[in-house]
Amino acid sequence: MKTPTFFGYRRKNKRVGIRNHVIILPVDDISNAACEAVANNVKGTMALPHAYGRLQFGEDLELFFRTMIGTGSNPNVAAVIVIGIEPGWTQRIVDGIAKTGKPVAGFSIERHGDLQTIADAARKAKEYVQWASELQREECSVDELYISVKCGESDTTTGLGSCPAVGNVIDKTVAMGATASFGETTELTGGEHIVKAKAATPAVAAAFMKVWNNYNDMVMKEKTDDLSESQPTKGNIRGGLTTIEEKAMGNIEKLGKKTKFVGVLKPAEAPTRKGLWFMDTSSAAAEAVTLWAASGAVVHLFPTGQGNIIGNPIEPVIKLSANPLTCATMSEHIDLDVSAILRGEMSVDQAGDKLLAMVVRTASGRLTAAEALGHREFVMTKLYRSA
Amino acid sequence: MISFLMHEKQDTVGVAVVDLKAGQVVQGRSLHGKASPRLKVLSDIPLGHKIALQAFKPGDTVFKYGVDIGKIVAPIKKGGHVHVHNLKTKRW
Repeated sequence: MKTPTFFGYRRKNKRVGIRNHVIILPVDDISNAACEAVANNVKGTMALPHAYGRLQFGEDLELFFRTMIGTGSNPNVAAVIVIGIEPGWTQRIVDGIAKTGKPVAGFSIERHGDLQTIADAARKAKEYVQWASELQREECSVDELYISVKCGESDTTTGLGSCPAVGNVIDKTVAMGATASFGETTELTGGEHIVKAKAATPAVAAAFMKVWNNYNDMVMKEKTDDLSESQPTKGNIRGGLTTIEEKAMGNIEKLGKKTKFVGVLKPAEAPTRKGLWFMDTSSAAAEAVTLWAASGAVVHLFPTGQGNIIGNPIEPVIKLSANPLTCATMSEHIDLDVSAILRGEMSVDQAGDKLLAMVVRTASGRLTAAEALGHREFVMTKLYRSA
Repeated sequence: MISFLMHEKQDTVGVAVVDLKAGQVVQGRSLHGKASPRLKVLSDIPLGHKIALQAFKPGDTVFKYGVDIGKIVAPIKKGGHVHVHNLKTKRW
């Protein structure tokens, strides 16, 4: 199969993006207001308010910085304004993003106040957004994409249709030389032995099992029941999924039939080479997609059964469903209807081709349903309580 | 018309791909294209929910995707509705 091309943004560090965002990134919860004020004043910019960034420590703090720097470094982002309460952590994030070569500037609120900070940051943001507006898309190849995959509000139709369609695209694009990542550590439970067998080497298999065991130990320690209504969710159950084992098997269909995964990533960690990677993530959609965007993924494939409506501010989320009821009642959220698979009128390979075509259109600029509807769920993963 | 689908030939449950009504006699197909024997639906089974392709007793293992997806906790007759009231995880 010939590797398709699209029109994307090739950044200074040679990475390819499919969007051209100028973001206003708060370092901490108390800087959200200033960031939102800047975004309100300078059209074409986007603030990313979040709940964290204060008094975190240890591994949780490292994840925080990795998420902040990674988000700003994502190739879908043209330029970044960083605003924090104090200059130290603000500068650490600015310096991290600056390694990509993209324009980035930091502002801190102490000794200036919100209003002066907003004025200074808005002036810089206006300069960035006008600069970014003149950047041109150029021809890029699908092997330059980094694709993340995760399903949500799954039901039995995701395992039959939409997840296999994603797996088919993983097989096709990774063979072309693309980078891809899957995760959802808890949601592999019941099929972890099958995932383990898909590792490229025994060392990768061992690294995966270590991560899975750690997460499972946490669940066993914190759980108060059999996780019914959480894993599977109430929505999963309504759609006919009964046990975590059954849900996991549908989930794993997204990994493809042929592709082996080449490594294990910490949350929000960037892959170091091409191929399929496992990332240790929560199975909650907004949290997981935020981690992938921070690891540099530029487009996300999201199979849904009952109709999870998630979007992400940085990476477009392409939704597909094989559930005819969901495609009929929630059509505004669905980018690709593959319910014909259930009627025996479409093969998984045909669905994969349609999905790949949608990836190419999205990469060239087509807004996803979630983008058109304004879904910008930016949800950071927090490992434990702050100090 | 396909009423339910099975992933693998050793699966002991099928997935309804349309709403099934009690009393209907229906036929399914595996994803590999093999038709199932016909069977009678014992209770209403909504689209996406599972139908028992054999009788189960408590303690039995249910197979879907060709693998173990949990244990039976209440008896089910062939053609019955398999869900959270009679099938539980073996994990957690």
